[in-house]
Amino acid sequence: MSKSEFEPRIVVFACNWCSYAAMDLAGTSRIQYPPNVRIVRVMCSSRVTPEMVLTALAEGADAVLITGCHPGDCHYLVGNYKTLARYTLLKNVLDELGLGDRVRLEWFSAGEGERFAQYVRSFVEEIKERVVNLQASTPEGGR
Amino acid sequence: MSNEPRIGVYICHCGTNIAGVINVEELTEFASKLPNVVIAKNYQFMCSKPGQEMIIEDIKQHKLSRVVVAACSPRMHEPTFRRCVQSAGLNPYLLEMVNIREHCTWVHEHEPDKALEKAKALVATAVARASNLEPLEEKELPVVKSALVIGGGIAGLFAALTLANSGVKVYLVESSPTIGGKMAMLDKTFPTLDCSKCILTPIMNEVANHPNIELLTYAEVVDVQGSVGDFKVKVLLKPRYVDPTKCKACGECAKKCPASAPNEFDMGLSKRKAIYLTFPQAVPTVYTIDPKVCLYFTKRDRMGRPICGVCQKICPAQAIDFNMQPKTVEINVGAIIIATGFETFDPRLKKEYKYGVSPRIITSLEFERILCATGPTGGKVLCPPDWKEVPKRVVFIQCVGSRDLTVNVPYCSKVCCMYTAKQAILYKERVPDGEAYVIYIDVRAAGKGFEEFYRRAVEEFNVTYIKGRVGEIVIDPETKKPIIRVEDTLAGCMIELEADLVVLAVGLRPSQSTLKIAELLKVSRSPDGFLQELHAKLYPVQTAVDGVFICGCAQGPKDIPDSVAQAKAAASAALEILAQGFVRTIGHVASVDKELCSGCGICVSVCPYDAIAIKVEDGRRVASVEDVKCKGCGSCAAACPSGAMQQRHFKDIQLMPVIKTLART
Repeated sequence: MSKSEFEPRIVVFACNWCSYAAMDLAGTSRIQYPPNVRIVRVMCSSRVTPEMVLTALAEGADAVLITGCHPGDCHYLVGNYKTLARYTLLKNVLDELGLGDRVRLEWFSAGEGERFAQYVRSFVEEIKERVVNLQASTPEGGR
Repeated sequence: MSNEPRIGVYICHCGTNIAGVINVEELTEFASKLPNVVIAKNYQFMCSKPGQEMIIEDIKQHKLSRVVVAACSPRMHEPTFRRCVQSAGLNPYLLEMVNIREHCTWVHEHEPDKALEKAKALVATAVARASNLEPLEEKELPVVKSALVIGGGIAGLFAALTLANSGVKVYLVESSPTIGGKMAMLDKTFPTLDCSKCILTPIMNEVANHPNIELLTYAEVVDVQGSVGDFKVKVLLKPRYVDPTKCKACGECAKKCPASAPNEFDMGLSKRKAIYLTFPQAVPTVYTIDPKVCLYFTKRDRMGRPICGVCQKICPAQAIDFNMQPKTVEINVGAIIIATGFETFDPRLKKEYKYGVSPRIITSLEFERILCATGPTGGKVLCPPDWKEVPKRVVFIQCVGSRDLTVNVPYCSKVCCMYTAKQAILYKERVPDGEAYVIYIDVRAAGKGFEEFYRRAVEEFNVTYIKGRVGEIVIDPETKKPIIRVEDTLAGCMIELEADLVVLAVGLRPSQSTLKIAELLKVSRSPDGFLQELHAKLYPVQTAVDGVFICGCAQGPKDIPDSVAQAKAAASAALEILAQGFVRTIGHVASVDKELCSGCGICVSVCPYDAIAIKVEDGRRVASVEDVKCKGCGSCAAACPSGAMQQRHFKDIQLMPVIKTLART
């Protein structure tokens, strides 16, 4: 499959207060981004468990993006620090499995609709490239 | 009746916002075939009365036990549809919304096929989640009928007055020794040329004397706990070293005080004593000692004794108290309004404008002080630093730190065009034979009487406007006067203009207090650095933090009338909560499956609100959640090793089907 044909599926976890609002703002401002992302709303990024991320990957998602408020801005005071701690542990495991580059953690404030769209554009491109390269280099197709 | 959920799916066209991009008929057809879906419909505006009535009718007729609405963001209409299903007898938490507008049709406008595919996935996800939703209860908690207003500028004053006049007890916290804010520093106000202090000081006095307002000046908010309806706030009162109940503001102390420092109120253009009153009409009218300058605090003799203390000796009211200590007071409020204002842009960041290199290059706020009767020159227009020469040619440069990506300020500061026109007029009034030039990118005069005011500057006062962005200012080595180099983009020629005085129309930046308070209260900031409102149009004074409101220049650059209007809006938004007398708790709180819980206590350690405790029940250690304290973040649910701790409405059995469906489709 060539890069242009392949459409990755990316599961995005968004916190209700900052990053989900940023995604809403991207919509209200009609900032276009690729339709490959599917957003799951939770109240705080700290609700996201490693099992959820692994389930998404196991069930067919090509990548997972966890998003939350910027450090210091968490609606629940310190939730995003817990997210960061969990992500760091999870990332170690994923790196061992060769899946480290498929899971990302990124902060978006409620005002960063444009930045979210930009991020998605480049993340989708990156995942496309990686998966297509992997498919070319492995007989099973790499997914 | 079986226990199988009966789901109704309602797809909104939102006019053409959704239906103009994707085929809603196909989406409805798709939804009707999903498991447990009894009925699927689409309609032009689901939020309209007929739309809602359709849902209510269907709930009754088809005995629906779950409702899925695919429309806009739940942040918009979830409350609407929750009320809608509730009126049909369904628990409001049995509604699930699918955001196919903000997260789909609006952001994939040019890819209708892919957008439809995504909308199908999102609807399938919502249906999968809806099947596992559970009814939840909300509680009503009492509200403390008092408010905290942070910032004593014009916005904070009006917010406080509006609340106080409505019968609410208000604590007004101001970090400087007096209320009044930046407006107190201005000479006149555009476009009416009202004397700034003449219209401000009566308001300051009204605030100070209001029985419902407790003024906490020279104070800072240092800690905020609790939440909407019941905030517990710690305020640090800095020591003035002058007893406010005794000081009569006679000023004898300042006359004798030997130490001085640059006067902040005059932007450093004059000096003030170590013991000072910010300006004659300051409220409270109480002197303050600056311990960084005062010789009592800074210098000791060989015996280790303070070398000065003259104010204490001569004060007729015996108001001086060098032993005064910082004091923390605790207050309890139901709502908080942030009105922490702005700072002006630091023109040193525009090196080519040579601010700080020549005393003849000043900021607009400095020029405002020169124009002002209480300023360093008593209102005479003279050149700093020796105040002898009357400037015969004044050049105003606009957009210094506004609309300038080289200093990372993309936005327009909104007030500079008009205050520059005002300052040019005031200059020409006082120096009729002088020349005033304004170098501008665009003149933005949108506002009542603004265009007329700008035309007045040009036509009545002969102010010369030159369109262009100043390239640089050089200092003439002989005359030491600044020479402005600019391309006149209308005439298409380079101009060199020697000036006696250059006034940089500096833009507005969020103040340091605004940044601090945003962090303390967890209020988001927009990319420009100012405080982020909950919704740009519908909730312009609300924030994502319930019970916290914003107004004035802390929210973004604006002029005095806009600040006043927004302050009153913030006060009325706070009143909605305070007058109602109660707040509703959330339903999506944590809950424990006591059978599964091993009492390990990990949940206790991650809870930011102390809402969980380990209790012994029937001889076993189990976690127990205090619903009222829980804010519903779900952190404990993610940390629980056994799955005993769950967040209602976001349980594993509710989220996992969502993740699986999204990952597969």
